[in-house]
Amino acid sequence: MTNLQKKSQWLIQHFKKEWQIYVLLAPAMIWFFTFLYTPMYGLQIAFKDYSIFKGIAGSPWIGFEHFQTLFENDDFIRAIKNTAILSAYNLLFAFPAPIILALMFNEILNQWYKKGAQTIVYLPHFISTVILAGIVITAFSPSAGIVNTVLGWFGVDPVYFLSKPEWFRPIFIGSGIWQEAGFASIVFLAAIAGVNPSLYESAVVDGASRWQMMWKITIPSILPTILIMLIIRIGNLLEVSFELVILLYQPATYVTADVVNTFIYRQGIQSGQYDLAAAAGLFNAVVAFILVMTANTISKRYSRTSLW
Amino acid sequence: MSNMNLYSRGDKFFVRINMVLVGLFTLATLYPFIYIAAVSFSSGMAARSGVVVLTPVEATLAAYQNILVQPEFWISYGNTFIYTIGGTIMSLLIVIPGAYALSRPQLLGRKYWNLIVAFTMWFNAGMIPFWLNMRDLGLLDSYWGIIIGFAVNAFNIILLRNFFESIPSSFEEAARMDGANEFQILWKVFIPLSKPAIATITLFCVVARWNGFFWAMILLQDEDKVPLQVFLRKTIAELSDDHEFSASLITSSFSAETVNAAIIVCSIIPVLLFYPFIQKYFNKGILLGGVKE
Repeated sequence: MTNLQKKSQWLIQHFKKEWQIYVLLAPAMIWFFTFLYTPMYGLQIAFKDYSIFKGIAGSPWIGFEHFQTLFENDDFIRAIKNTAILSAYNLLFAFPAPIILALMFNEILNQWYKKGAQTIVYLPHFISTVILAGIVITAFSPSAGIVNTVLGWFGVDPVYFLSKPEWFRPIFIGSGIWQEAGFASIVFLAAIAGVNPSLYESAVVDGASRWQMMWKITIPSILPTILIMLIIRIGNLLEVSFELVILLYQPATYVTADVVNTFIYRQGIQSGQYDLAAAAGLFNAVVAFILVMTANTISKRYSRTSLW
Repeated sequence: MSNMNLYSRGDKFFVRINMVLVGLFTLATLYPFIYIAAVSFSSGMAARSGVVVLTPVEATLAAYQNILVQPEFWISYGNTFIYTIGGTIMSLLIVIPGAYALSRPQLLGRKYWNLIVAFTMWFNAGMIPFWLNMRDLGLLDSYWGIIIGFAVNAFNIILLRNFFESIPSSFEEAARMDGANEFQILWKVFIPLSKPAIATITLFCVVARWNGFFWAMILLQDEDKVPLQVFLRKTIAELSDDHEFSASLITSSFSAETVNAAIIVCSIIPVLLFYPFIQKYFNKGILLGGVKE
């Protein structure tokens, strides 16, 4: 018997014995190919003059023309800039918030108070983006909203915040913190719970205060977790929650609010320029891929914990 | 850390300030919910003139009466249940067997199958090709499009696969001795042992389904098929897009604001009812299992 025959015989034996595993695997793989890999084949329209009638394969190739159009389009450049700025603000303000919150929870000794506060601050994570937007729009409404009501007590005239470009970013970042800071603190609380108690015991013997222990023991101990979360965040830098942007922005605030994904949504889904929008999406996906890969490489090198 | 005598006077001050700050943040988190509830029970005129702060002003159920008679509200509410229950069942039917197969050492090319799954976490074709694909599959405006099209994600499969891999093989050996096949081993050994992990995934699916709006908004045109979140978005859009227009909706009893707030309350109630069950899983660490692999 040749090697090949041996191998194929072994394969037949294997499938006879283990076919059940492949039956179990099939639905998931069929799903991935139908819903995630077929669209990757469809991505070629980014390099084509796509027409619905000719279909994906039948449309003519035009090279990088769409990308050229995009980079000459001020709206697209603006969308990239806005995405970068919102991501930077997220990193600056939304990232540290759950860490600070976790450190503060850790210093609460009354378990009843701590549990109660946690129950409440985790809750917004479970409400939808639409509801979040509904709350924001109601609260910031010029005539009826609580924000203007309170400003009115101090004699400030009503402001229509959601039509002011300069207010979009603070409102967007602020509502993100309101929704996610609490729930995101769980990861850091778990890290704090894992700190070796003997470190604190010997610090107490040395007469250290709570404040000193937090800075000298707790924060250094959870630094690896902070780093991992930071790397994950950098990998997902482009994923500003554009669903919230779609719900909160309006033409008057596009200047600061329009991000790459909302640009794609308007060009593609609303105006039907599928090929151009697919090109913008491909650009987005490639940058995201590079970020994720870089983040993982850095993580591997410095913490010996790769993300996957 | 709970030994109170070890605290100096400075520590006690620090602890108190900290308690106050946490309390303020907690109140700030809670307040928007109270405010929305108060608006929903206020009269239209009161809500419109911005006098509602903490409790309903000129308390009335008018906003609720207004939405509860709209058939679109009930239809979309029913649709949300269909998408949440149907979608979650579909997810579990695909994810559990898939994760099990990927965890088996005898699976040929296991590394490559896993890579096919993981790659979708790093790269995706994006909104437009996905939408065109749904259209080409004939899944626009279809219940099945929403239920199947979003059934799987790589993160859930990997989370469950890792859990299955952590189960010692001694558990399945007895079953194998008795001649159990793979289906039986999955059903009788692995699923019962993985209840917390499966509960976590179920939770992720339910929450995502209940709250999902973007794809429902762009895939469904037929108003009889849209979920509650899309219906809610429509009323919110009317409120924000066109401030002058919505002013015409004020009557003495309800306004766009109060109706909007009432729909928000109706949509949050099931989440609040479900919340105690969700909480059981918070601190079991299983939610974090997926973060680190």
